[in-house]
Amino acid sequence: MSTTKDSTAERAAGGRKLGDWLFFNLTRAFALLTLLLLAGIIVSLFVGSWESIQKFGFSFIWSRDWNPPMEKFGALIPIYGTLVTSLIALIIAVPVSFGIALFLTELSPVWLRRPLGVAIELLAAVPSIVYGMWGLMVFVPFFAKYVQPALAATLGNVPLIGELFSGPSLGIGLLAAGIILAIMIIPFIASVMRDVFDVTPAMLKESAYGVGGNTWEVIWNVVLPYTKVGVIGGIMLGLGRALGETMAVTFVIGNSNFLSNISLFAPGNSITSVLANEFGEAPPGLYTASLIELGLILFLITLTVLVFSRLLLLRLSKQEGSKT
Amino acid sequence: MNDTSHTMMMNETGAQLEAQMACRNLDFYYGKYHALKNINLEIYKRNVTAFIGPSGCGKSTLLRTMNRMYDLYPDQRATGELLLDGKNMLDRKVDVTVLRAKVGMVFQKPTPFPMSIYENIAFGVRLHEQLSKSEMEERVEWALRKAALWDEAKDKLGQSGMSLSGGQQQRLCIARGIAVKPEVLLLDEPTSALDPISTMRIEELIGELKAEFTIAIVTHNMQQAARISDFTAYMYLGEMIEFGVTDQVFIKPKKKATEDYITGRFG
Amino acid sequence: MELLTQRKLINKAALSLSMAAMAFGLFWLAWILFTTLQLGVAGISVDLFTKMTPPPGASEPGGLLNAIVGSAIMVSLATALGTPIGILAGIYLAEYGRHTWLGHATRFINDILLSAPSIVIGLFIYAIYVAKVGNFSGISGVLALALIVIPVVVATTENMLKLVPNTLREAAFALGAPKSTVILKVTLKASTAGVITGILLAVARIAGETAPLLFTALSNQFWSLNLNEPMANLPVTIFKFAMSPFTEWQQLAWAGVLLITLGVLGLNIIARVLFRQKHKN
Repeated sequence: MSTTKDSTAERAAGGRKLGDWLFFNLTRAFALLTLLLLAGIIVSLFVGSWESIQKFGFSFIWSRDWNPPMEKFGALIPIYGTLVTSLIALIIAVPVSFGIALFLTELSPVWLRRPLGVAIELLAAVPSIVYGMWGLMVFVPFFAKYVQPALAATLGNVPLIGELFSGPSLGIGLLAAGIILAIMIIPFIASVMRDVFDVTPAMLKESAYGVGGNTWEVIWNVVLPYTKVGVIGGIMLGLGRALGETMAVTFVIGNSNFLSNISLFAPGNSITSVLANEFGEAPPGLYTASLIELGLILFLITLTVLVFSRLLLLRLSKQEGSKT
Repeated sequence: MNDTSHTMMMNETGAQLEAQMACRNLDFYYGKYHALKNINLEIYKRNVTAFIGPSGCGKSTLLRTMNRMYDLYPDQRATGELLLDGKNMLDRKVDVTVLRAKVGMVFQKPTPFPMSIYENIAFGVRLHEQLSKSEMEERVEWALRKAALWDEAKDKLGQSGMSLSGGQQQRLCIARGIAVKPEVLLLDEPTSALDPISTMRIEELIGELKAEFTIAIVTHNMQQAARISDFTAYMYLGEMIEFGVTDQVFIKPKKKATEDYITGRFG
Repeated sequence: MELLTQRKLINKAALSLSMAAMAFGLFWLAWILFTTLQLGVAGISVDLFTKMTPPPGASEPGGLLNAIVGSAIMVSLATALGTPIGILAGIYLAEYGRHTWLGHATRFINDILLSAPSIVIGLFIYAIYVAKVGNFSGISGVLALALIVIPVVVATTENMLKLVPNTLREAAFALGAPKSTVILKVTLKASTAGVITGILLAVARIAGETAPLLFTALSNQFWSLNLNEPMANLPVTIFKFAMSPFTEWQQLAWAGVLLITLGVLGLNIIARVLFRQKHKN
């Protein structure tokens, strides 16, 4: 190699080094930006709600007074609505998702696995406004006419939980919102469960079948314990979705800031539905600050759930990494 | 173990040998694992040097040290000296991109880039040289001819490199490596993923390429080493057990361990 | 023998329930798609694509033109803004920061942003932009949607780059290519289909997003291309019309829902096909 070629090559290498350095720092800057976004959201919501935080302090969380004309704001009813609808959603969605994941990994004929899996994932892609509108126009009338009377006549007479299924069959309300949420989060939970079931080592399952277990016994006694961390992570992911869901809930929850009994038939409000309905009309000042504080509370709740979920899923993938 | 005493070796034709690369007290670590232990040897100019030994013996590691491929991984490091034309390439000041322009590499499996056949070859050249369009076309043709791929590829230079067969892809990778006009070409088990006929073509090719390039090849196939190399190094557990002229290593090994491996009593 | 019967029975029952769960899931999908099609198709007409959204009490039904155009503008701009940021950050995670604290932290936070409530993103943009400027605007809607695009693109870019075999990277480095060239010309190129899949999924995601637009772009009954004014868009228009008592408006809302559903499902299916084709190689 001639010396001239060497020196031009080295000059070019110098230029490339600068280019390399610039590109590296560019990508790093955007990674950092993504990282700072989360902190930015928390700080800005905190600043935006400062007026309300100062005025009400912690009583904001447990006061049930939401009275804009009197400038009195308490978040209890929306927080209650958010938690109750999400809980209903989980109670319905978890067993159904488990059944779907079980079907997709163990029972379904191989040629059906893909199309069915895709169909469930498409259910997750349908925008929430579609669920909301379908819920209000189609599901709610059906629910009020057939399902609620049936529930009141059966579960309504059971001691202890009977109260939950009492009152007029309006259709809209906490229960309807919870059910729509359940339909929305089933695909999220089911796909995570299917994925973690799929990574269970074949040898582990084979050895369980080898001692004479049947499908259910292998799943329940071997696969589920082996994947429990991932399964819980998936459930938490679904819960995170349910807590923060806006449109599907806003359409059907009834938008009422009064709650006189514990019946799930009663209309209520969730944090997201209050924001969706009232934020656009709220004048700047204490009202807006209180609404932003609601958003802050919602964000902190979902953040906790999502962090928990991610930590669990991360632990699972580490476990897997160390085993291979 | 000091095998550098036989520096004044002659090859079959009896010509004087010049060392292109040399390892001096070379050690290599994967984190805490000591993978290469005090390696000393010469790679002679325009000769084929083969590295053999059981898997995990460090032969691929040694090859990957020669173009500092290990730089990509944070917990891998080498100590000692790696001389290329008398200059130590392990020196921090050495620009690895310049080193790699001089020491090309071909991998176990064909690794065509996701671009056309032409671009696959032009890619590396453009990194180091500014050529006009016609010069580049000449260079691509030259490299493809050298790699014995020109006749098969000349009519589909615009097609994706992935469209070639496995053996052709590997020759494309060789063409890509030599298009940069390196001094040394490192081949890391280049035929392990190929069928016998493609393997034979690559072996023939290696014989032709040594007229212009210095070649170091790792192979797990002893017959291959015997067929194509001028010098052979036998490695075991990170140590260089024996290094010498291929015929001598295969016919009259100096060390018992080498003999055991070659005669199949071990490994 | 009795134990065996019992075990068999439990197995049968559990497996039947599992099948029932699958049917339950598919039942909702079918029902929702069926109603959307049934009620939406009735509202599809030329007017839908040529007339503006109607004012209250209008004599003629009107269309969704301004909402469709507004949505298209905001979704395109948000994608154009969020995609490069997402790709670059994704490159950092996959190629530079795999084992650095910044890499781990960003990956973790990004996964959380991926499922963060979108309404909070809207509040965030309201707090930092709308409240400062003093009015709702198309540009703030674009910002909110872009923030939803970023985590989706970051995650897919990273995952797709990780699928590129290391041998390909090494082969490029072996030619003496500097790292930026290896990434831009080889690894990123090898995962083009995957990255495009991610962008399509991001577009599908924001095309139907309503909540973050409520406090940013708001909506606009009139034709407006001014990004500093409130901007009409499909999701918020659907929300407004669906909650209204007028049947004509509800009809328009169903037509809008059909458009969005078809668009979103179409994008998802294209993304899947693209990704699968790539992975056959």
